[in-house]
This record gives sequence, structure tokens and C-alpha cells, in this order.
Amino acid sequence: MSELPQSSADARISEIVNGNDIVLFMKGTPLFPQCGFSSRAIAILDHLGVEYASVDVLQDMEIRQGIKSYSDWPTIPQLYIGGEFVGGSDIMMEMFEAGELQQMVQGLKQAG
Amino acid sequence: MAMPAEQIEALIRTALPDADVTITDLAGDGDHYAAHVVSAAFAGKSRVAQHQLVYRALGGRMGGELHALQLTTAVPT
Repeated sequence: MSELPQSSADARISEIVNGNDIVLFMKGTPLFPQCGFSSRAIAILDHLGVEYASVDVLQDMEIRQGIKSYSDWPTIPQLYIGGEFVGGSDIMMEMFEAGELQQMVQGLKQAG
Repeated sequence: MAMPAEQIEALIRTALPDADVTITDLAGDGDHYAAHVVSAAFAGKSRVAQHQLVYRALGGRMGGELHALQLTTAVPT
């Protein structure tokens, strides 16, 4: 028996999250976020002073729907670090305030 | 699209009966809320898992009917 094929959205998302150390799925772009929550996520990442990739889900319906089931998370933005789902903007804010996000990013730099 | 705060609270309490739920209507428009949920069910769970419990309680309304819900979770002290 061969494995059931992954949906193409899952395969594409998997490629994105594993191919980028830090990637944010968001509405809009870092320069022009289209939603307050995405804007907040970008502000946090910019404050960390790290390089990150971003995916504008408004330009890609397949990923916009697919990312919700991929992460089992109903909203955008969604942050992935080192291939792992970190959370949405509320969790990013909590982790930033606790210094945990800084540690995570630091760990990434050392590992790389 | 708006959803009354009482309904959000009731949905969360149905899934997490011990939960202490504080809801703030951020914009006064019945559409932008902040919820702080304290429940023993969160003990030992990651933040993502804690939020997933609340989102499941809201049964698919999150991201649809409920656009803007800022969420924070905690274990009772």
C-alpha cells in the first residue's frame, strides 16, 4: 500500500516552513500589512531584528485555507520557527514580553 | 458578524466548565474582543495547546464569525 498523497497545499506549506528558519504567514506584506494582527506580528519580528520570510495568504487561497488545517489553528498570522509552529500574534506577544522569542531566535542563530 | 460577549463566555464555559473568563469589548462594537481565560485544564500544556482548547470551544467561529479575539490563557494560581 502506498501512502495517501498529501494535498498539494500541505506539500507546499511543508516546503515553506522547512525551507525558511523564520516564516510568517500573514495578510498583506511586511510593508503593507492588511490586518491589525498581522501588523502586530511584523512589529514584533522587526523589533527582534531578525531576517524572516513572509507569505501573503491574501494572494494565495490554497495556502490561506491550507495553513489553518496544517497548523490546526484558525487564524492568520501564524509564525513558524525552525519548521515548528510557534503561534499567532497573541502568543508571539506573550513570548516576546517573556523574552522567550528572543531566546528562540538566538538558539537558531547558534545552531545555524 | 458581531457576536455578544456573553455568547463567547458561554461557549468557553461549556467546554471548560472551571474556566474563569474575562472578556473585554475593545472597540465597543461587539466585534473586537480580548478574552483572558484561566482554567486548570491548561496545566502542563503549551501555549499553542491552551489556545487550541479555547478555539475548539468556540467551534469554528474563530476566524469567521469572530474575527478579532485577542486571547491570553493562564493556569489558576
